[in-house]
Amino acid sequence: MQQRRILSEKQINAELLNGNLATPKWYFPVMGVLGTGVIIGFITILYMFNRGLGVTGLARPVYWGLFITTFVFWVGISHAGIMISAILRLTQAEWRRPVTRAAELLTVFSLLTALFFPLMHAGRPWRIAYWLLPYDFARGIWPNVRSPLFWDPIAIGTYLTGSTLFLFVALIPDLAILRDRTTGIKKGIYTVLALGWRGNPRQWQLQVVAGILLSALMLPIFVSVHSIVSWDFAVTPAVEGWHSTIFAPYFVIGAVHSGVSAVVTMMCLMRWLWKWNNYIRPEHFDALARLLIVVATAWLGFTFLELIFSLYGRDAPEIALRELQIFTWPWNLIFITFLLTGYIIPVGCWLFKRCRNNIAIMFWTTILVNVGMWLERFLIIVPGLARKQVFVYTWEGYWPSPVEWIIMTWSFAWVSFLMLLFARFFPLVPLFEAKESQVFTTEMKVGRATVPMVIRE
Amino acid sequence: MSNLSILGLYDNPDSAADALDALHESGFDSNDFDVLTGTPYPEGAFGEHVPQHRLFRFPLFGAIMGLTLSVFLTTTTQIVYPLITGGKPILSIFAMLVIMYEMTMLSAVVTTVIGILFESRLPDISMNVYDTRITEGLIGVSLVCSTDKKDVAEKALKDAGAMEIKSSGK
Repeated sequence: MQQRRILSEKQINAELLNGNLATPKWYFPVMGVLGTGVIIGFITILYMFNRGLGVTGLARPVYWGLFITTFVFWVGISHAGIMISAILRLTQAEWRRPVTRAAELLTVFSLLTALFFPLMHAGRPWRIAYWLLPYDFARGIWPNVRSPLFWDPIAIGTYLTGSTLFLFVALIPDLAILRDRTTGIKKGIYTVLALGWRGNPRQWQLQVVAGILLSALMLPIFVSVHSIVSWDFAVTPAVEGWHSTIFAPYFVIGAVHSGVSAVVTMMCLMRWLWKWNNYIRPEHFDALARLLIVVATAWLGFTFLELIFSLYGRDAPEIALRELQIFTWPWNLIFITFLLTGYIIPVGCWLFKRCRNNIAIMFWTTILVNVGMWLERFLIIVPGLARKQVFVYTWEGYWPSPVEWIIMTWSFAWVSFLMLLFARFFPLVPLFEAKESQVFTTEMKVGRATVPMVIRE
Repeated sequence: MSNLSILGLYDNPDSAADALDALHESGFDSNDFDVLTGTPYPEGAFGEHVPQHRLFRFPLFGAIMGLTLSVFLTTTTQIVYPLITGGKPILSIFAMLVIMYEMTMLSAVVTTVIGILFESRLPDISMNVYDTRITEGLIGVSLVCSTDKKDVAEKALKDAGAMEIKSSGK
């Protein structure tokens, strides 16, 4: 790691706990703004529950709209955590160290937020029990295990539980550091959470093995979750554009693209807000941007494959749908925007090292990616339903209502609020990983050059 | 005879390794002492006994348990409460596989985490002496011994270059 800096454990504690042991000046104003957004969002949700789904723009035949688009978007973002954390841990990539915690955290909070959307979309969320739990034995009805709508909560529940446990296990050594640096009631809480961690060889050995073992277990779950989300659409033969055999890998790679981009956005914010320049360095952005070029190109390949497969069959309704998506106003504008923001502009920038090492450019290009990825989900979900079908006489177009826009915006405020709340009490960069990096990296003289070295067991 | 918890603090790994050697030479068993660090060091860095664990059994046990439970759940619910759709068979293997897979993985993850805590001996409620400077870079060599061996232990720790020695009765 060419930009590695030699830091003492004391300095690492002081720098990485600067947001936990003291409150930054910007913290309360930012939380105030986000908190207001969260409250407005919850009030809007309650208003919608009170009035019913009539206050949304949903109407036959478009019964899946902004809520389901945003649900798929947040499930996609959640794939960042395991992609970054598990794959980089398994491959022992040295540059993973400052990234893993934030990525895992983003997984947990985005999944939690994603879960809200099907609940809200159901209109009467208290009746969700009908869908998931055995009820009313008199009618002999049990949750239908053959329905993808039953697979979804099982998969997301598994992923959420696994990710939360993964996050907690890796947090234990850092909780012990906080326990040792605090007093009073805070110390009491951290003492309970740290479970008596002392840092003996057995505990460290298990911590390292746990990271690898849990990564290996979480990876197949990560692949299955977005595959299952894609089957919500792919097993519906009646809607053109949904019934596709490549949806599972297409959704997974799209999720990785948007998720890793979201992690980069977050890393830029972490570097700016907490001044962690010693830990989140341009070399990390460079490595992530290189990874993103590969992921984005694979995703673009799937996008075109999906298009080619649908046109290759010469099926009239499929061709009509693609014509609507690509050439008809306003879908054509969305289509062009999604291609530009999802691939052409960001990847065009990332091809140049100067851009990959520029934090501001990385911030804005990764924001663009997620604008594009949100539009992609909207383009997949809505046009297939919005197309005028034969023998369908109740028909109208779809435009989201202000209620839907507010609730969608709320989800961004909510995730940011939760992330900042967590960051106030727990470190966002794993301290023990930063310290381990100091122990396991060194420099070696080769001729007149000094070469960085990483020791691996 | 009552037991005593003793902690020697060192500012470099070499002195901590010397302390372990000195304790061995003074007749203490490997199970009596432990090295405490704020960061993971390579295994055996202090010449300590490399601990053995059985963590890999936990996910296997969990996976078998989850698979069994999911087969039971998906099969019995469909047989006891049959909901025939389009004249298709009641037991839909593909649909059941999705749920079986997720429940198997969930159970494997949960038991792995239980295994991690169990094998790490957490939660640790022993009141052995500790120093908060360990998470700031100092290395602690901790041992539990009977009060009559206190002097021998403290001498071994001190001779190896301990910056400070702390002890508490148990």
